[in-house]
Amino acid sequence: MSSIKIRTKRIDGKTQIRMLIAHPMEHGRNRDSKTNALIPAHFIQELTVEHNKNVIITGNTGANISKDPYFAFTLKGGNPGDKITISWVDNLGNEDAQEHIIN
Amino acid sequence: MTDDRRAFIKKSVAIGGYSMIATGGLLTSPEANAEWLAETTSTDILQQTIKRLFKDQEIIESDKIDIQIPKTAENGAAVPITVTSSLNHVESIAILVEKNPIPLAAKFELSPDLEPVVSARLKIAESSAVAVIVETNEGFFTASEKVIVTPGGCEI
Repeated sequence: MSSIKIRTKRIDGKTQIRMLIAHPMEHGRNRDSKTNALIPAHFIQELTVEHNKNVIITGNTGANISKDPYFAFTLKGGNPGDKITISWVDNLGNEDAQEHIIN
Repeated sequence: MTDDRRAFIKKSVAIGGYSMIATGGLLTSPEANAEWLAETTSTDILQQTIKRLFKDQEIIESDKIDIQIPKTAENGAAVPITVTSSLNHVESIAILVEKNPIPLAAKFELSPDLEPVVSARLKIAESSAVAVIVETNEGFFTASEKVIVTPGGCEI
């Protein structure tokens, strides 16, 4: 299952894009409660949102973003059937992508 | 890695401070120096980050940036924020948490197809100001909002 959940909603001719990404977003200063060892930093660094293959958002995120990050953006226009693609890359090189069709 | 960075920041602040004392003693009064040092310890990292991100661009305070964020947050691990801007031709929106060890939370480059609205959830380690810097084709604008984080919910 993909780590990204996408919801879109059309409001007054605009399209709200909301996303929820499952990711630990560790900043590297937390300690493991059992072993007391530092948990290595693990967070999403790059976020890309595409609308019909046009890149509309490129984001650099840091560990100040909460665990399981939520982001929302508003697209001017957007039609039912348009494709939204969201992808992320984290500091360990993991990546994921998810497609969504606007209802 | 974090420790190295911290040590580096500490050293650079210390060296900066000493050199300022060494040279500043000749130019300004000791009171001004003390003030300068007090200022660096609190907001120095934020200023460094801003400098690194935006070089020496002039950043102007603006009331056309609206930050919706709770004034008090019971849980600093997830504080919802929505940034709305009524400025024209917004190119990017950056969110910084002043007192976090690494202030920059996120920077989004938005295409002209998007409304200048960004929502996210932030981690805020302690009561701090949250600054937003909006880049437009006419320059850089900033606004900030203070957030009080209450650990445990029992303390005020």
